Amino acid sequence: MTTQLEDLFVQTRSENRAALIAYIPAGFPSQEGCKKIIAALAKAGVDAVEIGFPYSDPVMDGPTIQEASGISLANGTGAAEVFSALKSAHDVGLPALVMTYWNPIEAYGVDNFAQEMARNGGSGVITPDLTIEESEGWKSATDGAGINTVYVVALSTNDDRLARVTARCSGFVYAASLMGVTGARTTMSSGAEDLVSRIRTCSTLPVAVGLGVSTRAQAKEVAGYADGVIVGSAFIKVILEAKTETDAIAAVDVLARELVKGVREAR
Amino acid sequence: MSSSETLGHFGPFGGRFVPEALIGALDELEAAHNSALKDPVFQKELAHLHTTYTGRPSILTEVPRFAQHAGGARILLKREDLNHTGSHKINNVLGQALLTKRMGKKRIIAETGAGQHGVASATAAALFGLECVVYMGEEDTRRQSLNVARMKLLGAQVVPVTAGSRTLKDAINEAMRDWVTNVETTHYLLGTVAGPHPFPTMVRDFHKIIGEEARAQTLELVGRLPDAVLACIGGGSNAIGIFHAFIPDKNVRLIGFEAGGDGVETGRHAATISGGTIGVLHGTRSYVLQDSNGQTVESHSISAGLDYPGVGPEHAYLNDIGRAEYRPITDAQAMEAFALLCKTEGIIPAIETAHALAGAMIVGKELGPESVLLINLSGRGDKDVQTAADYFEIPL
Repeated sequence: MTTQLEDLFVQTRSENRAALIAYIPAGFPSQEGCKKIIAALAKAGVDAVEIGFPYSDPVMDGPTIQEASGISLANGTGAAEVFSALKSAHDVGLPALVMTYWNPIEAYGVDNFAQEMARNGGSGVITPDLTIEESEGWKSATDGAGINTVYVVALSTNDDRLARVTARCSGFVYAASLMGVTGARTTMSSGAEDLVSRIRTCSTLPVAVGLGVSTRAQAKEVAGYADGVIVGSAFIKVILEAKTETDAIAAVDVLARELVKGVREAR
Repeated sequence: MSSSETLGHFGPFGGRFVPEALIGALDELEAAHNSALKDPVFQKELAHLHTTYTGRPSILTEVPRFAQHAGGARILLKREDLNHTGSHKINNVLGQALLTKRMGKKRIIAETGAGQHGVASATAAALFGLECVVYMGEEDTRRQSLNVARMKLLGAQVVPVTAGSRTLKDAINEAMRDWVTNVETTHYLLGTVAGPHPFPTMVRDFHKIIGEEARAQTLELVGRLPDAVLACIGGGSNAIGIFHAFIPDKNVRLIGFEAGGDGVETGRHAATISGGTIGVLHGTRSYVLQDSNGQTVESHSISAGLDYPGVGPEHAYLNDIGRAEYRPITDAQAMEAFALLCKTEGIIPAIETAHALAGAMIVGKELGPESVLLINLSGRGDKDVQTAADYFEIPL
């Protein structure tokens, strides 16, 4: 059985284009607001969504996602709310993943978390701070649940390790485009394209690039060489800047449609 | 070294939970540390710094007047407070600064709670001509303003961290963000035996000299090993430093005293082993103060240096196999012991260290007057004068 996410990349490859993947923390800007934004993303033509599990110590996130995570935690977001947001994405037809630091999974119970992912229609989980050395239990849990495991690789990952990490990936490989934390950047790092081509030599999986992508032009640039373009902080920024949730949804719609054009005009 | 320790594990604890971006730097650090351990030139340079800069070996002081309040046990203090910069922290910092040079890096970053590790890092940076940035929770910069000034005098940049609880854990978060961004040029000089492998092992190796010296000094002074070795524990660097040489001595009890804050039962404490559960924080698996969703719970302690919701993985392991015990000491108990050591022995300890002294007042009564207790006097209290004056309502 393939996941919805795997089916998506088969489809986008056949259409000779990259997929656009949006990130939003569960419970942000509110529990219901998050679900409305997910629906708006689907309507605007975004291909898949990553639901963030907000965490108290987000060491890989810049100020924008830190702020959103703080708001989400203040809204009482826990595992139940994350799965509820995941289900809402599945309900509007979007392939959906959860992106989370490792400790919330361990606190929930590794097997239970994987099972609950599958039960709510989730395709997979992105675990940016789970090293392959610590991933034995997670591998058997996710194999059992039939969901994808996405690991993040970096510009500093050497070829030998790249082969070992990507061998543990399914669904796609997450290539971090720069050395640093999440957040919008004015220019894309030149290293990302090189990293993607290095991944291609050791893996046939789709490769999605994240970190720093915020504009249509950047989306187009990345979509020229990657199978997926991941945008997070840029969506969060327009939501934070909006005065009301209605304004936020409208702003997300505008940005999403721009980015959708970007990924479709690349090739 | 067991095979699990080569992967940075202590039983089920330790390991590496970090972004891939840091794996190369951690591997490089591990390799540098392992080669330095076998390199007589490195060891000679470090030993030279110990004797000519830090002031090692630190002395052992017996404190009979204080001991009258601890059941009459013989109490020996390992005087790490007399080290240059005023605490045990210098041992680790000099070792890691030498490794920084060995790796060809020119910039160090550090986190600090009480400011002791920050001051030590700034000191080593000045000594070796390295750029130094210290991340410190805004709340701690207020509690420890004297140490902020010391770091600045030593040429370091101090960055107040305003995220989260504005204490040590948030300073570590910010240091990790800096490191992920600048890892090619920068060494993260972590100040305790926590964090991803190789930090818990490496930092222990740089501090184990405390226990090696103290074991020999105790044998010479009393003609036998102590009945118990006591230390305060936040992340656990001074405790592992004095414990490590005694681990094979099965009849020597190892007791760590955690920050009980207002009392573990109140929820306002930093007693991670006594009141926490197993989880992953800052790159390592250990005991963590966390809620049912795995969110870190804010810790509380009068002592900035112990105010941390995690603990080193080797301590978690020593606890679980029963080789060491860990008990909470409240703010009030610590401050009583703080005042007592000042007035009975003329030694002003760090408030962190006062937790171990309060522990000695309990353990001494349990073990009786024939017993010998060895305490790591990990730091001096100059930095805590303001906090103590506020606590005892001494007008300044």
